[in-house]
Amino acid sequence: MSFTIDATDVGTDRRSPFADNRLRIVFLVTLGMAVMSTARLIADNDDLTSSGTFGVALRTAAPIGLAGLAGLVAERSGTINIGIEGMMVMGTIFAGWWGWEFGPWMALVGGIVGGMLGGLLMSLATTTFGVNHIVAGVAINLIAPGVARFMASELFVGVQGGSVTSSPGNRGDIGEFTMPFLSGGDLFGWQTPDILGWLEDTGWFLVADFAGLGKGLTTSVTWDVVLAVSLFFGVAYLLWHTALGLRLRFAGERPSAADSLGVSVHTMRYVGMAFSGGFAGMGGAVLVLFANRYQENQVAGRGFLGLATMIFGNWMPAGTAAGAGIFGYAQGITLRTNPGDLVRALLLAAAIGLAVTAFWMGYRQSWRGVGWLLAFAIVAFWAYFSAERPNNQLVFVTPYVVTLIAVSIGAQRLRPPAEEGIPWFKGMQ
Amino acid sequence: MLERIWRASLAPLFAAAAAIIISSVALLISGNDPLEAFREMWKSIDSTQSVVIIINTAVPLYISGVAVAIGFKMNLFNIGSNGQYLLAALVAGWAGAEVSLPPLLHVPFVFLVAILVGGSWALIAAILNVTRNVNVVVSTIMLNYIGIGLSAFLLQEVFRDEENGGLVAQTKVMPESARLPNLNAIVEFFGFDFAPGVELYGFLPFAIALGVAYYVLLNRSLFGYELRLSGMSADAAQSAGVNPKRMVLITLFLSGAVAGMIGLPFLMANPDFYKYGDAFPTLLGFTGLGLALLGRNSPVGIAAAAFVWATIERATQPLGPLGIPPEIGRILQGSFLLSAVIAYEVVRRRNDAAAAAAAAEATRAERSEPPPSATTVGATS
Repeated sequence: MSFTIDATDVGTDRRSPFADNRLRIVFLVTLGMAVMSTARLIADNDDLTSSGTFGVALRTAAPIGLAGLAGLVAERSGTINIGIEGMMVMGTIFAGWWGWEFGPWMALVGGIVGGMLGGLLMSLATTTFGVNHIVAGVAINLIAPGVARFMASELFVGVQGGSVTSSPGNRGDIGEFTMPFLSGGDLFGWQTPDILGWLEDTGWFLVADFAGLGKGLTTSVTWDVVLAVSLFFGVAYLLWHTALGLRLRFAGERPSAADSLGVSVHTMRYVGMAFSGGFAGMGGAVLVLFANRYQENQVAGRGFLGLATMIFGNWMPAGTAAGAGIFGYAQGITLRTNPGDLVRALLLAAAIGLAVTAFWMGYRQSWRGVGWLLAFAIVAFWAYFSAERPNNQLVFVTPYVVTLIAVSIGAQRLRPPAEEGIPWFKGMQ
Repeated sequence: MLERIWRASLAPLFAAAAAIIISSVALLISGNDPLEAFREMWKSIDSTQSVVIIINTAVPLYISGVAVAIGFKMNLFNIGSNGQYLLAALVAGWAGAEVSLPPLLHVPFVFLVAILVGGSWALIAAILNVTRNVNVVVSTIMLNYIGIGLSAFLLQEVFRDEENGGLVAQTKVMPESARLPNLNAIVEFFGFDFAPGVELYGFLPFAIALGVAYYVLLNRSLFGYELRLSGMSADAAQSAGVNPKRMVLITLFLSGAVAGMIGLPFLMANPDFYKYGDAFPTLLGFTGLGLALLGRNSPVGIAAAAFVWATIERATQPLGPLGIPPEIGRILQGSFLLSAVIAYEVVRRRNDAAAAAAAAEATRAERSEPPPSATTVGATS
């Protein structure tokens, strides 16, 4: 393995995700928060951007984000992974089992192991035997719940508190972390001041909202979530700044070229799927740690949602994280005390945001899709003013609708890895 | 003919053997006797009434398989049949209970509603694909969950039967004129006896007709030819004058339309239902994906796969009291599916390689060249 090529030679992602136009991102985030802040003031609902809401959002975003990462590494290394959902299910059952036997940290390890088993099984079909990737993923999704149910019936039935649909519960908590000074965490037994909490309580336009976001992300965050967030940086570093990452992406972009330079495409695709399954399984473990036990159907479509965040994020870690954050927020508000009111306020925020985007595009004279944006804005305004009691089911579909709209508007600008989903064998062009 | 059957069943037989071995290992690990388990399973399906129950279970599964097979035939993966059928069943169940028509019109009316709703929901994905170039797998997954959420919302807020209790959310029960009578008389005519309470649901003839229609459409029509051609090679189809956009639109609509019928056996022929509600089965679409893969997209194959699937379900049900986990059925089904998918692919690649080698041999014989070294021939495997 002595060949040296610069990472910039592969594919069209010439820049590392770290070198993105930071100013633009800061501007967009500020604008988004200003929209939320406006909606908070008009709808008179402080919970829209409170630290509590953002804290729950982070909690619900973590498994979705991990599923997105699972999709990211799989597809970057050339395998379309429809089976994330199934691998997450494998993660939940292993996490429930090991969490009950050995404790919360082993639950995390168990989840990773279970998901990895699923990933390697799928890679056996797709990489070694060349089975169509969609077909293999569908098969994994059908198999995993069966395996989980069988294991649950063997492990948990007859145990105090356990049943075929639920594990007896984890042995202990994984512990949590609160940032000192910013959010009032302890430092060697000394209670530091809670600066963000104070700012949040002021209720000032934009300031209180950012304080709520900051406090939410740094208050009582469980260690598994901390790990999940840091994995995003880890994966970005792995894929764009290491030799292994270069080879992984090579296997997804140009397998024949990779092969001609001595990279084993099959090994890389196995490695990619092992990572993918591990991330998905860890996502399952995060769910188990949240509920403190394995429950049947705990995953409930989050694997597919993760796939959606990855597409929404254009096969990039930062975009995937943003997607997971948005979807996590949409799911998280259903867990707050007055989800109906929050959804109404969120509808208003969406309407303002869409309208602002449409005007911005009109100002820039790029008229493609402006009509759609305005139409959606009007629908959202109408829904805000007419809805008395928004239904939970409608909140449930929001992430999928958002992805569908994003994909419809931006499909031409999305760029999946060039040769993902195509079985590859030595000697193929 | 015999050789064809033998070659077609080689891979499924191998897969079945693999499934039985894997399940036996799973049973051994969990401390059960596999031989005893399989003996008990055989006992529980060895009766007329069991066969009837298996057929009843298999019919909706089979429709679900056919629905996605239509798309699979041209490499169009309609992953969202689950949302399509739930929406269609809900609307058809509601509409069927709202109108009063003579039976000869009522039954086709329910069919029509289900077909239109299922087809239209799938058509959204087709339109997004044709106009905005959105990948069908992605859009059907999204529409799947939107459909599931929307049907739950509509049941709760719009189509709920207000008069019938406040606790259970369900549509009104369908009137007599929309129901299909059971087929017990026909089975009894052939000399089989029924246990009381068991009946062969009346949807079976429609399912068979669906299979025939699917076969004829696929193998005896111009559209079917174009569909299969598009599946084998999109480029070849295009240069032969097939309009790919039109193919996507029609195929996805048909797929969704058939998916819309998945719930009809429950609405029209199952006395436990005759309505859409909380108890309605919710995962039939996902299972259908596996059955289409098992049955290799052929109507007979899917029917066989659905029968096997339902048989395993029935066979493992009474295992619980004997101390054997009934969930072993799920392991059997899953390992059967995965081994079959792999076995099909291996067989296909070997056949392709053999065909390529034969073609190369023929060309060489024409040119009377010496055979090349073995390395280049093996490249295709």
